Amino acid sequence: MSMLSMKGVSLALEGTRVLDDIALHVGAGEFVSILGPSGAGKSTILRLLTGALRPDQGVITCGGAPLDPRDHGFAFMPQRDALMPWRRIIDNATLGLEVQGVPRREARARVLPLLEAFGLSGFEGHYPAQLSGGMRQRAALLRTVAQNRSMLLLDEPFGALDALTRTRMQRWFEERWREGRWSTLLVTHDIREAVALSDRIYVLSRRPARVIAERAVPMARPRLGRPATAKAHALEAELLDILLTQTGDSP
Amino acid sequence: MQRPVPRHKGGGVARGIPAVLSVACAFALWEIYVRLSGISPLVLPAPSRVVEQMVLNRSLLWDNTLPTIKATLAGFALSVTVAFVFSVLLDFRPRLRRALFPIFVVSQTLPLVAIAPLVVLWFGFDLAPKVLLVALVTFFPMLVSLVDGYESTDPEIEALLFSMGASRGVVFRSARLPSAMPYFFAGLRISITYAVVAAIFAEYVGARAGLGIVILNAKNSFRPDLMLAAVVISSALTLVLFALTALLQRVALRWRDFGDQR
Repeated sequence: MSMLSMKGVSLALEGTRVLDDIALHVGAGEFVSILGPSGAGKSTILRLLTGALRPDQGVITCGGAPLDPRDHGFAFMPQRDALMPWRRIIDNATLGLEVQGVPRREARARVLPLLEAFGLSGFEGHYPAQLSGGMRQRAALLRTVAQNRSMLLLDEPFGALDALTRTRMQRWFEERWREGRWSTLLVTHDIREAVALSDRIYVLSRRPARVIAERAVPMARPRLGRPATAKAHALEAELLDILLTQTGDSP
Repeated sequence: MQRPVPRHKGGGVARGIPAVLSVACAFALWEIYVRLSGISPLVLPAPSRVVEQMVLNRSLLWDNTLPTIKATLAGFALSVTVAFVFSVLLDFRPRLRRALFPIFVVSQTLPLVAIAPLVVLWFGFDLAPKVLLVALVTFFPMLVSLVDGYESTDPEIEALLFSMGASRGVVFRSARLPSAMPYFFAGLRISITYAVVAAIFAEYVGARAGLGIVILNAKNSFRPDLMLAAVVISSALTLVLFALTALLQRVALRWRDFGDQR
């Protein structure tokens, strides 16, 4: 079953065409990445899905029904962690449940067992400013997963981290995902990240963004924490070539 | 863009020592000058004389300090309440903001010297005109700090909340209001210092009792020592209220004491 499907979606913002005839889909339990140059409109696609923007043309359906921008069933994680500095980690993690109307006590009871897997046990009473960048990102991911929605939307979740922390987080996230198997749409400009984590990858052009390539990633998981296979290297090289030569005018 | 949040860092007692020393030095120099020059206490009384007068007139001063405290606190409470109500209204209704903001700005341009006698004329010699004047003076800084505070909210946090299906009201309560708190307390600390001055001025213009009346009477009877005694009390009062708001801020914004430990 298709969790999410976009067909012929176009959008102009302030007179500039940002998205041009975008078509993509995400199956149940599938990990799909959108790869594209910076500023291509990758995040704009997520903003369409979270209801912050409406498409000018095209159809978006989730689970077969048209997208309801008010109740879309996605759990969204923005680029920066967007943790509330005045809330303790546990209260940041329960935010989504609270907004859904779950009483605070029950929300905490649901999130507490997840802390361990997210490497945050013992830190639930800390404020975000007391945590390292990697821990903050894990807390933001916990807040996303804890919403218990049908699909995760991740907007460059590891982009703001230093290279070492990013690699560590990607490995850790692969493990978590193998346990959870959440339907996921990941937006990134990191080719290795896309190849390591995804089942399928869409490549976007520069503005106005079109889907210029779609590649399946057949390699067995886990892929991180071991030497990359020749297949993975070949796919990375191919995607790099597409991004360098086919995305449109160079900046 | 996110605006920088004003930070308040608590300091130890040791950090206050230079300030205490410099003030003590200033008073010592003043005392020495008065003694050496033999200047008349009707022109410049020595600090020791001011203290002496404070002790001698303690019941008079105390009886007149209480009404000032009452006017300050009542006016300030009114101002903060009204500023909060309006800040919420303006935040939810941007058009109202365009309509009302100019009026609030104009309210700040009115010279207190002219407004105070009018307010006393309209509302009499009791508490009401003082409360109104304190509120008039402190309302605008409080409103601006709240409105600016709401605007300082991280747009990503708002986008996140909206993506969770939060209503405008939930976003206000769980993101905009907490984001405004550091600004609110900054405004509170500035306004409380205006509040005492405004209350005393309102009394000076017309009242039955208060530090403003003490100053007025002392002036009319050529008693600079008593005037200065009232000034000392009003300063002390302002400092105490200032310290209370700082304390309130420490308690309310405890999360900010946990600095970056990355």
